[in-house]
Amino acid sequence: MSKKSFRQAINEALRQEMRRDPRVILMGEDVAGGQGGSSGVTDAWGGVLGVTKGLYTEFGPERVLDTPITEASYIGAAAGAAATGLRPVAELMFVDFVGCCLDQIMNQAAKFRYMFGGKARTPLVIRAMYGAGFNAAAQHSQALYPIFTHIPGLKVVVPSSPYEAKGLLIEAIRDDDPVIFLENKVMYDDEEEVPDEAYTIPFGEANLTREGDDVTLVAFGRMVGFANEAADRLAKDGISCTVIDPRTTSPLDSATILDCVADTGRLVIVDEASPRCNMATDVAALVAEEAFDALKAPIRRVTPPHTPVPFATVLEKLYLPDVGRIEAAVRSVMGYKARQEA
Amino acid sequence: MQIARDILLNSYRSMRTIREFEERLHTEFATGEIPGFVHLYCGEEASAVGVCAHLGDSDTIASTHRGHGHCIAKGVEVEGMMAEIYGRSTGVCRGKGGSMHIADLARGMLGANGIVGGGPPLICGAALSHKLLKTDGVAVAFYGDGASNEGTTLESLNLASVWKLPAVFVCEDNGYGEATGASYACAGTQKDRAAGFGMPYFECDGSDFFSVYDTAGEAITHARSGKGPVMLHVHLSRWYGHFEGDAMSYRASDEVAQQRMKHDCLSAFRARTTGAGLLDGATLDTIDSDTRSRIDDAVQAAKAAPLPQQEDLTRDVYVSY
Repeated sequence: MSKKSFRQAINEALRQEMRRDPRVILMGEDVAGGQGGSSGVTDAWGGVLGVTKGLYTEFGPERVLDTPITEASYIGAAAGAAATGLRPVAELMFVDFVGCCLDQIMNQAAKFRYMFGGKARTPLVIRAMYGAGFNAAAQHSQALYPIFTHIPGLKVVVPSSPYEAKGLLIEAIRDDDPVIFLENKVMYDDEEEVPDEAYTIPFGEANLTREGDDVTLVAFGRMVGFANEAADRLAKDGISCTVIDPRTTSPLDSATILDCVADTGRLVIVDEASPRCNMATDVAALVAEEAFDALKAPIRRVTPPHTPVPFATVLEKLYLPDVGRIEAAVRSVMGYKARQEA
Repeated sequence: MQIARDILLNSYRSMRTIREFEERLHTEFATGEIPGFVHLYCGEEASAVGVCAHLGDSDTIASTHRGHGHCIAKGVEVEGMMAEIYGRSTGVCRGKGGSMHIADLARGMLGANGIVGGGPPLICGAALSHKLLKTDGVAVAFYGDGASNEGTTLESLNLASVWKLPAVFVCEDNGYGEATGASYACAGTQKDRAAGFGMPYFECDGSDFFSVYDTAGEAITHARSGKGPVMLHVHLSRWYGHFEGDAMSYRASDEVAQQRMKHDCLSAFRARTTGAGLLDGATLDTIDSDTRSRIDDAVQAAKAAPLPQQEDLTRDVYVSY
């Protein structure tokens, strides 16, 4: 056990799984970097933000494959390779680039098993960066996990910390279904204690990062940290919150969410994705349908506005949910008074 | 090229099976009993069979929405295919895929595909599997002249060349992408496209089994020997519409009749093999009648087969969830 960054945790998960299983390969744009360059340096980048650094050097060009900047062909190739015996981990770099290759994910990889009557296995992992906070603007900052969650046949992972990232990525690589693994790019330098050995965290089992009696907070990815911080501040005022990190949006641990809402009677959902048809709406619908009688206050959703992600720092800060907004949402549900019947 | 007698007989049987299968579907579709869309491969049989004659179960193909011919040529059982097209639980995909998604991975058939240009990227991946797992196999993408313009196809030609994959890109050029002529929709030539990606180019007459067989043999040998991907451009004609029910108002009234009269791969095969004394007419007649019975049985069995059950609706979305 030692302190590792989110970046190191992911690199270690990939390295350990590649050592364990020769069918695991990596492909993507500049996952090594330097092929064909005039310096002759290979493994020049190790991924655009250095997440796959050193893997080319250890595993060589057959297992760490740089691709041309052609997302449709190599994401499709990863799906085809997965259906024929390999276990590819393809890196889409920024998840926003899914616009160039959604067919290969949505119509091919996700549907093989069902369309083919249960005969296909597609052990594919697609890693991609998501999230605002980097001044990367509208085409490099989106939180698109709801789009994937909407598609039957895909599993979707949104890790909230280095420890979570390592265990969930190893689980993803060993899983026999296509998995979308989304890494918040702002979190790469976050550090915490991460075991040196390989371990897995099962999909569809939420993690309770705080336990309390008054309000249930459900948060995804980077928002889990924000929710924890809000919960800690509120605790000082005597408001105790449960914070649920579902870890995966598909499968979703509905049971844990419903159990916690049954206990607290109040629900605030924190989601970095655009507000329409996002995870917050999905969880709100679930609770409204299954736990209506338990609710003591309306469900509140803390999300960005329905806009593209802006560039300017001041606007991007306004765009993202933050600790203050979460805190305010919790206080508002705590202060809710039902109108008396006339 | 001297072709062994059993290869000739199997190829004839395979072409006849495709023809019979498709002609029968044409008739049955008109009765309204077959749900969904059906795209027929009649007239193009020599292409699928001439290519797949060089492939085994350990080689992979990806097909198109016009996929029945490729499936049969690759060895998928017609009984399971027919049941699938009728939406029965005995279908090769248990009634969950239908005509456009017939797949049989055990036969190296990675699926027909409802998306134009869906197959070529998948075939890059299958070829990568063959290369890295050292199977000695090749992966073959069948795609039409319409799909030849898709970005996925052009990207795949590039990727396959960059990675030097054992991939074969078979462009089945029937002159129409749906209702639009290739002469309108395809800029330049397929040959120049292959050259643009540094890829050897082969072309052949898709109404002549021997032309396809010989040329595909050369192309596949090149890919299998580790020298990188190739393009095989097959010129052919489809005898029915884009889908069943297409009145083909975009084609000259006698175009298909002329093709049927002058460019029928089965008649040409029979004339050539019997003329040269390689096969005798009676043997081919027997294949014809056996095939007719087999397709007839497949249709009867499909119609009598059980429908999927309610629990099938939610089964097999995931391996585990």
